[in-house]
Amino acid sequence: MNVRMLVNGAPVEIDVPGMRRLLDVLREDLGLTGTKEGCGEGECGACSVILDGQVVDACLVPVSQADGSTVRTVEGLAPTPGGGAGDRRLDELQQAFLETGGAQCGICTPGMLMAARAYLDAGGGPDEAAIREAIAGNLCRCTGYTKIVEAIARAAAGGAA
Amino acid sequence: MTIRTEPRRVARPLAPGREVTDALVVAPSQTTAGRARGVAPLRREGPEKLTGEAKYADDLVFPGAWYGATIRSTEAHARLLALDRDDGFDWSAVVLVTAADIPGDNVVSLISDDQPVLVPVGGEIQHHAEPLALLAAADRATLRAASHAIRPRTERLVPVFDPLASEHVFAHYEIGAGDVERGFAEAELVLEGTYRVGHQEQLYIENNAMIAVPRDDGGVTVHGSLQCPYYVHKALKRSLRLSDAQARVVQAETGGGFGGKEEYPSILAIHAALLARRCGRRVRMIYDRHEDIAATTKRHPAVVTHRTGIRRDGTLVAQDIDVVMDGGAYCTLTPVVLSRGALHAGGPYRCPNVRIRARATRTNTPPNGAFRGFGAPQTQFAAETHLNRVAETLDLSPLEIRRRNVYRPGDQTPTGQRLRESVAGEEVLERAAEAAEFERLRERTRRARVARGAAGPGATPLATAHDRTATGIGLALAWHGAGFTGSGEVKLASVVSLELTPAGAIRILTASTEMGQGTKTIFPQLVADALGVPYEAVEIAPQDTAFVPDSGPTVASRTAMVVGGLLLQAAARLRGRVEEATGGAFAETYPAWAAVNGPVRIDQRFEPYPGVHFDDETYRGDAYPAYGWAACVATVEVDLDTGEVSVLDVVAADDVGRVIHPVLAEGQVEGGTLQAVGYATIEEMKLEDGRYLNDRLATYLIPTALDAPRITSILVEAPFSGAPHGAKGVGELPMDVGAPAVVAAIHDAVGVWIHDLPATPERILAALGVTARPEEPGREGTAPAVRAATDAADTAREVREPIRAGTDPRPEARTDPLPLRGPQPEGEPDWPSEDDR
Repeated sequence: MNVRMLVNGAPVEIDVPGMRRLLDVLREDLGLTGTKEGCGEGECGACSVILDGQVVDACLVPVSQADGSTVRTVEGLAPTPGGGAGDRRLDELQQAFLETGGAQCGICTPGMLMAARAYLDAGGGPDEAAIREAIAGNLCRCTGYTKIVEAIARAAAGGAA
Repeated sequence: MTIRTEPRRVARPLAPGREVTDALVVAPSQTTAGRARGVAPLRREGPEKLTGEAKYADDLVFPGAWYGATIRSTEAHARLLALDRDDGFDWSAVVLVTAADIPGDNVVSLISDDQPVLVPVGGEIQHHAEPLALLAAADRATLRAASHAIRPRTERLVPVFDPLASEHVFAHYEIGAGDVERGFAEAELVLEGTYRVGHQEQLYIENNAMIAVPRDDGGVTVHGSLQCPYYVHKALKRSLRLSDAQARVVQAETGGGFGGKEEYPSILAIHAALLARRCGRRVRMIYDRHEDIAATTKRHPAVVTHRTGIRRDGTLVAQDIDVVMDGGAYCTLTPVVLSRGALHAGGPYRCPNVRIRARATRTNTPPNGAFRGFGAPQTQFAAETHLNRVAETLDLSPLEIRRRNVYRPGDQTPTGQRLRESVAGEEVLERAAEAAEFERLRERTRRARVARGAAGPGATPLATAHDRTATGIGLALAWHGAGFTGSGEVKLASVVSLELTPAGAIRILTASTEMGQGTKTIFPQLVADALGVPYEAVEIAPQDTAFVPDSGPTVASRTAMVVGGLLLQAAARLRGRVEEATGGAFAETYPAWAAVNGPVRIDQRFEPYPGVHFDDETYRGDAYPAYGWAACVATVEVDLDTGEVSVLDVVAADDVGRVIHPVLAEGQVEGGTLQAVGYATIEEMKLEDGRYLNDRLATYLIPTALDAPRITSILVEAPFSGAPHGAKGVGELPMDVGAPAVVAAIHDAVGVWIHDLPATPERILAALGVTARPEEPGREGTAPAVRAATDAADTAREVREPIRAGTDPRPEARTDPLPLRGPQPEGEPDWPSEDDR
């Protein structure tokens, strides 16, 4: 089917089977490999993207459901996505992850960032319990979540901490 | 942060976010401020990981690549008679590789040559999910159809699932000191207990993945998710008969390893390479989660029995320890996992009379392998839980009994190693206990328990009118040998290189991989500091065997200590050479000097640490050049209706020798602690007929952010003088202490000891006598009839094995304290008495 989406602000029109996973469309058809696959069954959250303001597991979304939608991936977080060498820019959430040590192996990081971004965009604050709830669908095996929670709290507090 | 290269003699704590001070604790509520330090450099590859630019194996695009798949056994033990192909399928669209197509040895091996790359027709299948054949096709749909069109024909053989009953022994060790029988004769109390732990899955979030690219020279290049490029290199050369140059291994960005990508990538690389050679194309082999859990290595299950002789004052006088590990179907790394487990089995305690007997056996289950801690978490869970039971029997505080027995400088280990320096068990113990207010909170939970116990006759800890939950606090202490065991580092003879190019680039060349722990950050940090140049001035070469020397595998918490130490030595040589020639400071003079004299390459090879000797034959001597020390205090809440455990808070104190990068070091402690909490509470593989039943992420659970405790990490520095920077490594330390601390806290909450991990609600309720006892961890779920037969076999085996006499491992056997002489200790515990099963 013909699917139209707004992906990271860019209009996309693509002819794919309607049941193709949004994850595969992003990674293979659009080359946006920042979104990861960890389990393929909606348990790990590594493929989290923001679909019309909601965090979803892209491995569970048939692309037909995303037709006419706005999709935001990790590549769409920074003001100048994929900026050239020496001019890479991070938004305040990414910067907070970098400074607090919220990313280790990095494979859960894009999904974690998207869950955190949706939380912040919905007005979420630096409250630890609320942050933990917001990222409860995103598994991380490296960090024990401590520094991820710190990073999101720091970003929620305006990066001033 | 400045790296001091002059080791201090006295251990001093380094509080996160502060100068060296006695104020150790960062309040756990401080999640927004002050935890991240601006001084240490930021993670080198952090921006790429945070923007999605970092390329993991599955992100790499290779135009025209085919997809590969593995045909696996569905039986635990069988003879492979044939691979039957469906005649109706168009086989011209795919390539098939069997054992007959392997040009070199059909072996993938680190220690013993017992594991085939593919089971040959006529050969024996030894475990479920064992690779039998390989397929590749241009698209996934064809590949899937082909997989269904090939059927292994087999003849079933009798499998062995019980590691205690298995007669095939991969390795066995006996370590001893003093005279155990005399020790028991001198003891005033003898306590026995048996402890069991099951499989644990590493559960890196990125599955195993490998892409093979045929080379013009007849060789192959593989790009993959891996910890040890030269292990893969060696494996490829052997099975595909390639020269050093024909086999090239490139590490892609790696999404976690934890030991799970130490060894498995070798067989996966061979598989991908065989397919690539056969079809003359690039081949991608990207496991999905189901295949990754079903087929790859796990932490070894273990059964550990302790018999401990104690004096009334809490002094250990005898330890008799029996360790049995389940190696799974092939040897893999089992002998060294068992060795580390055995060497740590007594815990970090002085004891004059010790006998540790350890063996690992073969079962028809998928092979077990490396996982953070490498045998030590299994045996130290047993040692710590047992010591807590000893303390309870003597009515001693868990803190006090450790104070009385913990190794101090000058003490001798069971291998005869004199602990001369860098001995910080006492320090981490006191730091953790103090920061967690262990004794004060323990008194509070004791009062609550007494109040619940006073609910009247017949009351159990669960049957209370008012409380719905009970809180408990627990303590554990451990040591962890830094680097390879015994003469391992000497045999490895690792090499690192440092390059100075004519253009003035300073480049680090090592095979040590980044998998999240921070290799790519701390190496430039160390070298920059040693050369007196900015962090940004030092580059790190990609982990590609075409460029970097073999600096050994990225395992055993050896990267910072051993490889980091070699880099510092190389940097000192480079600096000396330039400064000798120019007479000026390196930082000022190297660009001009390099333009004229470059390129320069310094190779630095590992030299044995002075005064460190180990005899692999007798198991006497310095088992490790130094030890890291870890203490952990856990606070839990147990739901009195359901038996569910929430771990609320963990205070971890870890001596890492020297902190190189506080943020990264804390990250290791926090992450390792949560893996240990998962091991203690929820992570369990269930087996049926040798197959993992819960081989998906929906059924094998790991902790989420809501399950995770608040973790406070305290970094203690007791430098090791053998490494130029004093570092001892950090990765594995926290894994050793988390589980026994949680189990101790559960006991403190509800008054029962959990002997088997994980401490699930089922086991807790059973221990409380509320429900029937669940299966033992790491063992087959067996029908009642089979279970009875197993019990009979247990009894028979005891006759053959004297060590098990009196330590009946069967469920119904009591392992209560057995007073050999003298009266029962006074001051019985005042919580409800329990059958500790």
